Amino acid sequence: MLALKLAFKNLLGAGLRTWLNVSILSFAFVLIIFYNGLLDGWNRQGIKDTKEWEIGEGQFWHPDYDEMDPFTIQVAHASLSGKVQDFVKDGKLTPILISEATAYPQGRMRSVVLKGIDPKQTILKIPSEDLETTDKGTFAIIGKRMAEATKLKEGDNMLVRWRDKNGTYDAREIQIAAVFKCNVPPVDNGQIYISLDVLQEMTSLPNEATLLVTSDDYEGGELEDWVFKDLDFLLNDFYDLIAAKKGGASIMQIVLLVLALLAIFDTQVLSIFRRQKEIGTYIAMGMTRMQVVGIFTVEGGAHSILAAIVGAAYGIPLFIYLDKVGITFGTPDMGITISETIYPYYSVQLIIMSLLLVVISATIVSYLPARKISKMKPTDALKGKLQ
Amino acid sequence: MAIIEINNLVKRFPVGKGFFTALNDVNLSFGEGEFAGLVGPSGSGKTTLLNIIGSLDTPSEGTAFVMEKSIAELTHKQSAKLRNKHIGFIFQTYNLLPVYTVYENVEFALLLQNMNGTERKKAVMQALEWVGLTDKIKSKPNMLSGGECQRVAIARSMVKKPQIVLADEPTANLDSTNSHHILQTMEKLNKELNTTFIFATHDEKVMKYMKRIVSLKDGQVHKDELLNHSENSNQL
Repeated sequence: MLALKLAFKNLLGAGLRTWLNVSILSFAFVLIIFYNGLLDGWNRQGIKDTKEWEIGEGQFWHPDYDEMDPFTIQVAHASLSGKVQDFVKDGKLTPILISEATAYPQGRMRSVVLKGIDPKQTILKIPSEDLETTDKGTFAIIGKRMAEATKLKEGDNMLVRWRDKNGTYDAREIQIAAVFKCNVPPVDNGQIYISLDVLQEMTSLPNEATLLVTSDDYEGGELEDWVFKDLDFLLNDFYDLIAAKKGGASIMQIVLLVLALLAIFDTQVLSIFRRQKEIGTYIAMGMTRMQVVGIFTVEGGAHSILAAIVGAAYGIPLFIYLDKVGITFGTPDMGITISETIYPYYSVQLIIMSLLLVVISATIVSYLPARKISKMKPTDALKGKLQ
Repeated sequence: MAIIEINNLVKRFPVGKGFFTALNDVNLSFGEGEFAGLVGPSGSGKTTLLNIIGSLDTPSEGTAFVMEKSIAELTHKQSAKLRNKHIGFIFQTYNLLPVYTVYENVEFALLLQNMNGTERKKAVMQALEWVGLTDKIKSKPNMLSGGECQRVAIARSMVKKPQIVLADEPTANLDSTNSHHILQTMEKLNKELNTTFIFATHDEKVMKYMKRIVSLKDGQVHKDELLNHSENSNQL
């Protein structure tokens, strides 16, 4: 307590030098929280969007289905049992049938994935209700990216060729019923959504599906031969992406933090050099050398406490503002799940961890030069002799 | 009764490849309530002797007992405790802590003793009364004159009522009037509290106040005189 009191007195007494260090450290502190908050916000939004648009609360896959292996699509489908159909009726599961196809938008050829989705489903945010129409013909919905890539718009027709369960090629003109906007590229890029019944009929796979998407109130447990893929599995790629982004961002944060810590280290070295008489006086008055080391260490570490206070003074209003308006990135198409506007998320854990990081590292760099005091001869220190 | 007992004390400092002998075969003892001066030219070993008595340094040979504790055998912690409880220091350059007020500078000595707040306040105010600085408690050292700074240093050394006060050239930076004022204050405290004062000085003004003068020359005790200020000295 005495060391803390002395440290703050000395720090505040040092005036401008202290505030310069505190400003740099507070900037590092705010930036670390801001950037991590931004990534956490992206992470949370990305997970939310992926769940809402693509994976629900988990999926049951046909045992042969492997999303990374297109050759499995042809064989990975199974009939929906009565039990499954009951869950579908209750809105707890929605089946999706997947089929490979080739589309010919405006005379060009493009490989696509046809996905059969129940127009009445409510588990995913894909606007499947747009597939419900009394008009004659085959209707499809596509995402904005797909529309841009194929230069298609609502009402356009496109020839699609596919193979049915027997490997027989067939082709049909489909009409774009709607173009939807979605932040999750796998839902959009190269995907064409048509009514499940229609695709089952096109592929001669009546009442069959490749996978089943679960809702948040699904509590049916294991389901026949279907293999459950949980959120950790389905979001693994996204987690890896965020981890890679965090890794890249941490380099910048470390550089900034190191700069701030160098300033503290430098101040400590100078302070110990200039205040040798004071150190000698402390020892003469009855402090042990380690107590004096403690004062100087706490003094250096206290920069981080002041930095947290100063950082909070301008950081909190800034974070509140960003939390309200978000950070708009326009309409990025980077092939990753990212929304136009990201709302940073500042968790208590993030703030505590950032605070600990800054406090501990500031204390360590303060301790390193302060160790020199333990080797000082008090008589030389009192004379202010260069040691 | 001797509270400082020095026997065959030798102190050497490494200089280049050899050693410089700052103190050579010093034998001295100081009793309670003494008001003594170590005098001699620069380099005679006054400050070195004071530092050893104050447990800031250790003897190379011989023994130095302070409050019945052998300085050479004390650990860092024990010597810190000895200084904290029993020894006060007064320096030529005052060595006040610049960011603290007068009150806080004096209080600091008691904070190290973990004295409770009420007692501490009482003791600080009493010490400031001794030196006549109760009206300056909120001033910082840079707002004080040299004489006032040294009075703060005296209050700081005396506030814990130590048995020994070691003053290294306490008047060297002061004018004549301030020097006398300071010495009168210390003389008064010596009488009232029976504290042993040992000065290292070559200031004639200081010597006039001493009851005992130990002359050092080339690291050895040249003369040890007891003075009663009636020209009756006991020359060794």
